[in-house]
Amino acid sequence: MTDSAVTPGDPPPRRASVIRMILRDRRALAGAVFLAVLTVAAVFAPLLSPYDPNAMDYMMLDPPHAAHPLGVDDLGRDLLSRIVHGARVSLFVGLVTVAIALVAGVALGVAAGYYRGWADTLIMRYIDLQWAFPNILIAVYLVAVFGTGLANVIVAISLAYLDDFARIARGMTLSVKEEQYVTAARALGLSDLRIMLRHILPNITAPVIVLATVSVSNAILAEAVLSFLGLGVSANTPTWGLILSEARSFVSRAWWLGIFPGLAIMLTVLSINFLGDALRDVLDVRESRDIA
Amino acid sequence: MTGYLLRRCLGAVVVMWAVATLVFFMLRIVPGDPLSAMLFDAADPAAADELRIKFGLDQPLPVQYAKWFWLVLQGDLGNSIYGSRIPVSQILIEAAPRTFSLAVLAFVVSVLIAIPAGLISALKRGQPIDHGVTFIAFLGLSMPDFWLGILLIILFAASLGWLPAIGYEPLSNGFWPWLSHLILPAIAAGTAFSAIIARMVRSSMLEVLKTDYVRVAAARGLTPWRVVMGYAFPNALIPVITVMGIAFGLLMAAAVVVETVFAIKGLGRILIEGILNRDYPVVQGAILAVSFIFVFVNLLVDVLYVAIDPRIRIE
Repeated sequence: MTDSAVTPGDPPPRRASVIRMILRDRRALAGAVFLAVLTVAAVFAPLLSPYDPNAMDYMMLDPPHAAHPLGVDDLGRDLLSRIVHGARVSLFVGLVTVAIALVAGVALGVAAGYYRGWADTLIMRYIDLQWAFPNILIAVYLVAVFGTGLANVIVAISLAYLDDFARIARGMTLSVKEEQYVTAARALGLSDLRIMLRHILPNITAPVIVLATVSVSNAILAEAVLSFLGLGVSANTPTWGLILSEARSFVSRAWWLGIFPGLAIMLTVLSINFLGDALRDVLDVRESRDIA
Repeated sequence: MTGYLLRRCLGAVVVMWAVATLVFFMLRIVPGDPLSAMLFDAADPAAADELRIKFGLDQPLPVQYAKWFWLVLQGDLGNSIYGSRIPVSQILIEAAPRTFSLAVLAFVVSVLIAIPAGLISALKRGQPIDHGVTFIAFLGLSMPDFWLGILLIILFAASLGWLPAIGYEPLSNGFWPWLSHLILPAIAAGTAFSAIIARMVRSSMLEVLKTDYVRVAAARGLTPWRVVMGYAFPNALIPVITVMGIAFGLLMAAAVVVETVFAIKGLGRILIEGILNRDYPVVQGAILAVSFIFVFVNLLVDVLYVAIDPRIRIE
């Protein structure tokens, strides 16, 4: 297996200039616009969506027309309203799981890399084990253990992506630890915690930010897969994966049910990846493992 | 080299042991007690205790673990807790050929598409065909596999009626019935893998085409075909094989998901149904079987790598 080889470069540019540099990239700009619209739609879904996502009507399997721009599903529910509500779950799960995986993974990785010793060995053995399997599969395994439902799905996906963050943080810590400013900080008698927080953490942020961006799109995909498999949030909450799963028996008669929810997933994933690519260029992070 | 291979085999055995152990303890320690589900939620505590004793659940965990592990080593994974209580090993043996067929076909189809696509892309760098290949690869990488499966069903099964939408036919019922049921699932499961390989072939070829030995081969007056096929391509393949090994995990994970789209009762579907039914012996067995395939393929890639790249053999 390849190690994530990341070179600690110059300190990352200031925030304002990073944003300006990213938006100069046309694909990243398109991605940012799409995500902004999606976020607004998700946050204000109850106000913006034309119908209640679970309200049923007699017009079952109606193709797209003026009253229902994306058509109607087999129970007469408005597809557009369901997709807009699905965005809430997707974005929420994507952001929350990555936040948890990031904080826990980086903490583990930095501590392991800084202290070394048996704790490091133990942590890395587990991380290596998880690394041998794709994240989606780990998430399925973990749902098998914890069960379904929103909280369990979040725990499963967070744990599935934790190893990536721990690995990258540990690798970076090992190299940053040898820098003279860390030795100097230690000579000044600073506590370990302070050294880790003030001197190591700021110098490993760039690759972690890039990884986090890519992970959000992967976590959104993972949630969609789990929902699609019936292992997701719940049968009453519309999510993109669940809508596709319910559509499966009807796609031969109602193509819109198969096309639009998938398009929502793909455009979201694509937008985040465009942003991630631009971020990678701007922050100058080189990674040997660009498949996750 | 024998030492290297031995070490790798030992490593694979340790990983399998770790997976088995983790699965055993996690399913038993996590709150929510999956075992109460296994005991049919017995309302009568006395009956529940009787069942506990019958299944050996009254014994300490390490004892249960040792007994369970000893049975697993002998291929006894317990029985499904539903219906006629079929042995889990039998369920897995029936499902494995389906997953295996799907994974192998997905692999073959994706490699057959990816290698020529990557080669042409590298040789015609910057030309429209290169941009076309790059764009399609990018699209293939961004499409969720299960959605691609649904799109393929809408197009090739529902609209055109060329191929069956769902199900599986064993190879013993004839080659075409087997193949026709697997083409769409194989494409759905292999597209992301194919895109990764095509991109890797392209970048690896571009790298190799810059080397001195390729320039010398061209200077000696060899035909472009011989330069590419005799010198550049074989060397460009080495990193591609490594990436294949890493990305094969993606393909297998996709196969697990795609089985649900096409209603193929393979290992992935067995795992998912086991989870939905809370059929823990089945879940345990399916996780072990799927993990075993992963570990085995990783090992195979390492062996293949040694066979292809003589430099590793010397070390």
